[in-house]
Parts: sequence; structure tokens; C-alpha cells
Amino acid sequence: MTMEELFRQVTQKFYDDQPKEPDFKCPRCQKSTSAKTMQENMQVCPFCGYSSRLTARDRLRMTCDKDSFTETEAGMTSVNPIDFPDYEDKIAELRDKTGLAEAVVTGICTIHNEKCVIAVMDSHFMMASMGSVVGEKIARAFELAGKEKLPIVIFTASGGARMQEGLVSLMQMAKTSGAAAKYSEQGGLYITVMTDPTTGGVTASFASLGDVIIAEPKVLIGFAGRRVIEGTIKQQLPEDFQSAEFMLENGFVDMIVERRNMRRTIAHLIRLHREEVR
Amino acid sequence: MDEIITPYDRLSLIRHRDRPTVRDYIPMIFTDVYELHGDRLYSDDKAIFGGIGRLDGLPVTIIAEVKGRDLSENKEVNFAMPHPEGYRKALRLAHQAEKFHRPVINFIDTPGAYCGVEAEERGQGEAIARCLYEFMQLKVPVISVVLGEGGSGGALALGVCDELAMLENSIYSVISPRGFASLIWKDASKEREACNIMHITAEDAVRLGVAEQIIMEAEGGAHTDPEITAENIHRFLSNSLNDKMAKDIDELLVSRYNKFRSIGEFTLMDSSENQGG
Repeated sequence: MTMEELFRQVTQKFYDDQPKEPDFKCPRCQKSTSAKTMQENMQVCPFCGYSSRLTARDRLRMTCDKDSFTETEAGMTSVNPIDFPDYEDKIAELRDKTGLAEAVVTGICTIHNEKCVIAVMDSHFMMASMGSVVGEKIARAFELAGKEKLPIVIFTASGGARMQEGLVSLMQMAKTSGAAAKYSEQGGLYITVMTDPTTGGVTASFASLGDVIIAEPKVLIGFAGRRVIEGTIKQQLPEDFQSAEFMLENGFVDMIVERRNMRRTIAHLIRLHREEVR
Repeated sequence: MDEIITPYDRLSLIRHRDRPTVRDYIPMIFTDVYELHGDRLYSDDKAIFGGIGRLDGLPVTIIAEVKGRDLSENKEVNFAMPHPEGYRKALRLAHQAEKFHRPVINFIDTPGAYCGVEAEERGQGEAIARCLYEFMQLKVPVISVVLGEGGSGGALALGVCDELAMLENSIYSVISPRGFASLIWKDASKEREACNIMHITAEDAVRLGVAEQIIMEAEGGAHTDPEITAENIHRFLSNSLNDKMAKDIDELLVSRYNKFRSIGEFTLMDSSENQGG
């Protein structure tokens, strides 16, 4: 075997061993799509329009003008306020796995040249449940927006409260809602973008308090978990229950915006409010 | 006795069939009470009592989550699990209190906000969020007392206040112990184990900076002597109100905000270690 053949054999083996990205199976319409097609389609299901879960990194890349994002509070991380068994280990493991310090990334960016404070929750980190760090970073993001007289855009996603932080987690609902109230008093514009899934204590606090509330198509939005409700009423719920469309119909969301129009919509809304903000 | 009573024992005490509810306490504490019904938007949620009355002669607004004393009462009040219209009634009465410069006294006693189809359709999440937002800025003193169960967001909705007291055996938690067990261990029967690690007692709440006072119950639990327990609640409310009414409202609002703003624990790592986002 020549060196060239050997090299070819080794590289071929290397490529064969690479795991092929699995197809995306849409949790809404159950149809499968190749990872490549999903990527070309901004991770939106080409069949039903479900806007699938993004990492904070991908969301920021899709939303902010190129190289405009500067992260704030990057190093803030959880401790274990109620000595919950194995909580620190779990956090450390997730930090390694996701490359995130916690379930929300905050910072300043421009979107079509409109400067704003941005916060993006990432459901890959403990279902983006709200513990001390999420609460604190959201509160600081509101305070930064107030201080800099900037609008704030929050992409919400959360399974709700962080059970491992007990009562401390619950209090983050009051903290973030209070920070939203204080910012609102200063006249700032707060845009919520509800993404998959926005539920529990996050729905019952800052997510529902935006001046303008946008939702992505087909995402899950609600307070109580679907299975909890099914357990209470002892019957199955319709497919579209707690969807973005359900929330729009019931009057809790201002508009549903497709991912490809999100940047433009946010920038337009900011421009429409600029006089009030400055 | 306090040394050996476990969190699970307290849970049993607050579930005691004779445990007094807010309907028992109100006539023992307040005078000239008039109940005010409805949210003016949808309906009247019986899981939340709203009204006006006097505490030591001073007009106050009373908002309370209502447990039933038997099955038929409990059906009527939906086992103290409010719908969105209950929280919207609370907000209506809170704003009315603000208009007439009356302090607000909230009594918390709920397993949680109701989880059901209609509650979702009418915006349970928004209703609770709005309570947190509005109570944080309400320009009158707000005092809250947890009587029994302080269950999750449904309790916190009435818990944004200037001073929070908890009855000795009451609990305050992010989720019910049963819900916690089913979520963490997929086994709802491990309620006792859940109680042991959740930190849900009044002492826990004080230690975590969530509650300021613990109100003693009668020996053996509030049900053994509701009058004594009511006296203790009354004494707390009188002292607390005297204190808060003497303060400038803007000062009160700042310290109300700062209390919740400062709850939470975290550390700051060297951010170069992490490229989050």
C-alpha cells in the first residue's frame, strides 16, 4: 500500500466515522427533514412552519447585525442556595456540554442598526428554567437598558422555575417582574419574543409583560404543563392547545412573526418607538 | 416541640380538617367587613375573597385566597385554586385601595393557581405576572400573611409586599411537595422525602430572606385554638401596619423592590473561561 493509498484509507475512515447529523423530526407535524434543509430554512419545519428550538448562539447569529453583539454578565454562574443534592455537578456538566454559563445570554447588539439590549434564553441548558442566575441576568438586562436608554428585546424560552433552587427560584418571578416595572416607568420599550417553549414561571412573570409581545409560529406557550392539565381534567387536549396561535386567538400575544421576518419586524418596532425611548 | 417537628408534620397540620381558613379569621380580626365581588372583566372567582373592612378602626382592603372547610365549600372555592379572574379581582381591589389610600392586607392559602383549560384560555400566566408587576408599584402599604399553603406562583401573586409573615406551620414552596416528587423522582408518593429537601417551612423562608416574621399558632396547631391564632395574626398586622404607615411611600416602594431584587445567589467566574453565546 502506498502512502497515498493509506492516507486515503485513513481519511475515508475518518469521514465514515463521523456521525451523520440525524434528520429533524418535527414535534408538531411528525414529518422528518434533513438537518441540511432545516439549516437552510433557519431551523423552521418546511412542512408546518414550527419554529424549532435554537441555541442562544444560533439565535444571536440570526438576530444581531454581524459582529455587533457584546455579551454582558458572561461569567455569572449558579451556586446551590438550598443545598440541593448534586445541583453543582449538574450545572458543571451542562456548562461543559452546552458551552453556556447559564440558561440565558444577555448583551447589547444592533438589529438592522437599531441598538438594543438583548437577552436570549436557551432551552438546552436545564430547559432554561429560571433560577437565581436567570433572574439576576434578566433584572440586570432591564437595568442596563434603563441606564443606557435603550430598548430591550427578550427571547423567552423556559420550562418554568428551577426546582433545584426552591423558593429562591420562585422569587425570581417577582424580581424580574419588578425590574420590568421599573424599566417601564422610565419609558423604555420592552419587546418579548416568545419562543419554544415559554411556560410556567417565565410566562407568569416577565415574558407576559412586554409592551409588544411577539411569538414564533407553532411554539408552545402556556402556564401549566399540558400533562398536568390533562391529569386535572382527565381528558386529552386538542393539538393546538397552548400554541402561539392559541395565545393570539385568546388575546395574550400581539403578533406571530416568522423567523425570516423577525429581524426586520423588531427593527421596525424599535424605530416606531424611538421618540418615546430617547 | 419545635425541635422535633418535621416539615412533613407541618404539612399534615396545615391539612388538618379543622384548620381555620381565612373565613374563620376575618371576623375575629376585622370589623365592618364588606365583601366586594368580581373582576369587572369576566366573573367573580370565589377562590379569592376581596373586601374592605377595618383593622383597629383603620380602613383596609382585604384580599385572600379562600380554602373551604368541607367538601361542598371546597367545590365552591375550587380548593382555593384561583383562575385568572381571581387575580384580576385582586388587582382591581388593590388599585381601588391605592385610590383611597388604604393599605392592602393579603392572605395566602393556596395549593397553586388553577391548572385547567379555561385558566389557560383566559391567561393564567399573564394574570399572575400582572399581579407581580402591579403590587411591586402599588402606592400603599401591602402586608401579606401565609396562612397554610403558599403554593408557587399562585401564592406569590399575593406575596409581593412590604412585609411577609408566615404562620408557624405554614409552608411556602415553588411547587407542591407532591408535584416536586413527581417531577424529580417520577413518584408523587414520595411527598415526605420531598418535604425534607425542599426548604419550605416558615424558618426556611425567613432564612432565605423571603419572609420577615413567623406568627405563632396555638399549641398543637392553629385548629386547637383559632382565637389565639387570630389574636397573634391581629397583633402582627397592627404592628406591621403602624410601622409601614409611618414611612414615606416612596421609601417603602424602594425597600419593597430591593427586597425582591436582592433574593438569589450566584457567583461570577472569570468570563474568559466561557464564551457563552
